[in-house]
Amino acid sequence: MTAIDFNTILPEFILAVFALGGLMFGAYGGKDRTAPTLVWAASGLFLALALFIGFGMTGERAAFGGLFTDDPFARFAKVVILVSAACVMLMAQDYMQRRDLLRFEFPILVTLATIGMMVMVSAGDLMTLYMGLELQSLSLYVVAAMRRDSNKSSEAGLKYFVLGALSSGLFLYGASLTYGFAGTTQFAGILSTLGGDIPFGLIIGLVFMLAALAFKVSAAPFHMWTPDVYEGSPTPITAFFATAPKVAAMALIARLVHDAFGSIPADWSQVLAALAVVSMFLGAIAAIGQRDIKRLMAYSSIAHMGFALVGLASGTAAGVQAMLIYMAIYVTMNVGTFAFILSMERDGRPVTDIQSLNMFSKKEPLKALALLVLMFSLAGVPPMLGFFGKFYVLKAAVDAGMIWLAVAGAVASVIGAFYYLRIVFFIYFGKDGDPVDSNMAPVQWVIMVGVAVVMVLGIVNMFGVEPVAALAAEALVR
Amino acid sequence: MDNLLSIITFIPAVAAIIMALFLRGDDVAAQTNAKWLALLATTATFLVSLFVLAGFDPANTQMQFVEEYDWILGLKYKMGVDGISVLFVMLTTFLMPITIASCWDVKVRVKEYMIAFLLLETLMLGVFCALDLVLFYLFFEAGLIPMFLIIGIWGGKERIYAAFKFFLYTFLGSVLMLVAMIAMYWDAGTTDIPTLLNHSFSSDTFSLFGFQIIGGLQTMLFLAFFASFAVKMPMWPVHTWLPDAHVQAPTAGSVVLAAILLKMGGYGFLRFSLPMFPIGSDVLAPLVLWMSAIAIVYTSLVALAQQDMKKLIAYSSVAHMGYVTMGIFSANQQGIDGAIFQMISHGFISGALFLCVGVIYDRMHTRDIDAYGGLVNRMPAYAMIFMFFTMANVGLPGTSGFVGEFLTLVGVFQVNTWVAAVATSGVILSAAYALWLYRRVVMGEMIKEALKSITDMTRREKAIFAPLVAMTLLLGVYPSLVTDIIGPSVSALVTDYQAAIPVTGASQLAQH
Repeated sequence: MTAIDFNTILPEFILAVFALGGLMFGAYGGKDRTAPTLVWAASGLFLALALFIGFGMTGERAAFGGLFTDDPFARFAKVVILVSAACVMLMAQDYMQRRDLLRFEFPILVTLATIGMMVMVSAGDLMTLYMGLELQSLSLYVVAAMRRDSNKSSEAGLKYFVLGALSSGLFLYGASLTYGFAGTTQFAGILSTLGGDIPFGLIIGLVFMLAALAFKVSAAPFHMWTPDVYEGSPTPITAFFATAPKVAAMALIARLVHDAFGSIPADWSQVLAALAVVSMFLGAIAAIGQRDIKRLMAYSSIAHMGFALVGLASGTAAGVQAMLIYMAIYVTMNVGTFAFILSMERDGRPVTDIQSLNMFSKKEPLKALALLVLMFSLAGVPPMLGFFGKFYVLKAAVDAGMIWLAVAGAVASVIGAFYYLRIVFFIYFGKDGDPVDSNMAPVQWVIMVGVAVVMVLGIVNMFGVEPVAALAAEALVR
Repeated sequence: MDNLLSIITFIPAVAAIIMALFLRGDDVAAQTNAKWLALLATTATFLVSLFVLAGFDPANTQMQFVEEYDWILGLKYKMGVDGISVLFVMLTTFLMPITIASCWDVKVRVKEYMIAFLLLETLMLGVFCALDLVLFYLFFEAGLIPMFLIIGIWGGKERIYAAFKFFLYTFLGSVLMLVAMIAMYWDAGTTDIPTLLNHSFSSDTFSLFGFQIIGGLQTMLFLAFFASFAVKMPMWPVHTWLPDAHVQAPTAGSVVLAAILLKMGGYGFLRFSLPMFPIGSDVLAPLVLWMSAIAIVYTSLVALAQQDMKKLIAYSSVAHMGYVTMGIFSANQQGIDGAIFQMISHGFISGALFLCVGVIYDRMHTRDIDAYGGLVNRMPAYAMIFMFFTMANVGLPGTSGFVGEFLTLVGVFQVNTWVAAVATSGVILSAAYALWLYRRVVMGEMIKEALKSITDMTRREKAIFAPLVAMTLLLGVYPSLVTDIIGPSVSALVTDYQAAIPVTGASQLAQH
């Protein structure tokens, strides 16, 4: 390992050392009593690393002979992943502590999953990609089943594991086909070794890999695990599932299709477009009947992944930029919304029933207003930031000549608006009743209200995310 | 004063933010402060907007007061007004202080109520000033949120049904518009409205699912925009959300809805449909004209059968909007002049009529026509004002209502005599329902026990009506005030429109 290799993976290395050190500290230093310390230490470290990656690292480097790359695209995704993971952990601490769920393994596992995600977005080779994917997934399986005494949580963990293992199998099969036909696993070499003719087997390999990754982003028709896992897992874990891993998997798809198969966009763009259309419509329609806010958020995330895929399907740098912006906005909205869902409780027990929000606006006007902003933003109603995310992916599709995809997206967004509106309906016009309590730790309150403010003020200049995303997209698409 | 339009657009929003952040509590003092702040902000907006009117050059048919900045995601923030939009801006700024003053007696969640109205004003002004397609869509759609909340929170018994109906109808319409906007961007490569106005969209006939689409892309785009604006307008047969929304909305909500929000549809026709898709408009104009004629007669008849005062006025609004669409799609100077005039005048008259209903509703808490009768005995001032606006609604010469109806009828007569003939019968019907309403509510003996203690209008209420009476009379006797400002822009619009239509006429094709 040379110095340059080491410098390139420095953030991942620091996190790995922290995870192992934290494990020792937890195991020998007082078990679960150390958990809050570890949560704060891990969150602090995440934020520090996000700052370091965002401002301290520049240029493009490849390490370990091309296995691992560091470029603006990877850095953009890593910053989003680290910041969202830190926020979710901070939000989770109070909730888990009050319910005696806060084990010291939680921050450690989240850290390990985060390392996996960072490896995924930096992968330059199918082997690295798989390694990152498995590191992430294995940690998440365990986290999903954290609540050992709850059947639902165990069920969620098991379901997630079985379907995740299936998707890993699909991925490995696709990767082996690719290797068989191309003779290399390095992204840069897959197409260049072939010279012109694309063997059919390679396309099959590509489709298998895309299907596996569609499992990870929960794009329909590979979404079946999402609602059950979202519902069964403890809410903080759900919040985590809905944010960072989605960014990582989406970035991974972008990296795979552009780095490895960038010269044959027509072959993968139709696959992604099909996934996008099915996800947008399924997410929008299936959510209408949901009564549980966590299941609803699951379908909402399926629909949102569909929109992000619209950006990727257009196959251009503008499309990747649109996808990155969309994911950044999506993650922000979800962090804010889950900060609220975490606080929903009655007599100290968590509730996730939508109807329990009846006339919530009378009890807590400010939180109700923040939730209103979040819901309209999720629905993509102007002038909230969520509208601009949708607008930009649709614009990318139109610019790439896929006007039918944009039209489908516009129609799906309207259908989807209905169920977000229903939540607003309960908050503001519901029957008079006893609304749910909202027991928020200060950090949750800050995150939720902060996100709502961002959704409104972000329309001024998007806090400068746009040029950064453009830079990231250019680094990926050449 | 380069940013005059942005300034008037965002004064109310800034006031709303100040109110949301710094005004605490819900006691009487806080409520009064909220009302005064809202009144101050809307009045300031009106005063500043007078500079726009003063600096506006009617002879110049280009956009004026243009401001353009780069915004996020390759979008442009571009504002500007021309002869077609400037009066809608004035109408909005003029009516908002009156609206705010009219809801002085609201007791429930006053602060939020004021915030909703202030935000609504910003969004409405934005719609009329926006010169970028996406910016326009943004303001157009966002206006739904405050109105949805105004109906849903402060409305009557069936408010939730009405709020949802309102939202879904208009939202469905706007989605088709969004799709059309995507197609326009795809075809023209820009979202800049002045550029789009000079872009000619393809009008080659193509076949879709075996149907020959005459006028091609233009007809499709026209239909998509039509879906949105026709709902907003509202035109028969998609008008059914309006009576529900009106009946359930609080008085001030009804005023804004009737006086300003409905005008967005007419403005959209004039800004997008007619100039951007002239061939599509030409193909479908006969259909629109007949729909307008049916709307005028049908909704007037429906109005005759109403028991609820607000519903009656709501149907009368639909009928009057029929004149507007008819005038617009007759596509000549008188027709379009008349349509704009009718929209402005309807803004004053319908707003005033809803306020009239509000005055007695505040006292008796019922809008049922049968619950009233003989009000003239105890409320002479009210009877006077109600009479005035009833006559204006009927279109009595000397009031602004007459000018609009007359001009649109003249305009449409040159294009389609039959439509003009059918629509003219609406003038008689409107006299029938309006006068009958007046007779049942105001005239006669005061028999109802509950009415015996009713009081006449307070000084505040009279003050609210004064500017409306003044404007209705002024425009009625001196219509050049409006037509001088809109004239050159309208004539440029008509010239461009006529130039874009092939001599052999796509309309002749359509009639086969």
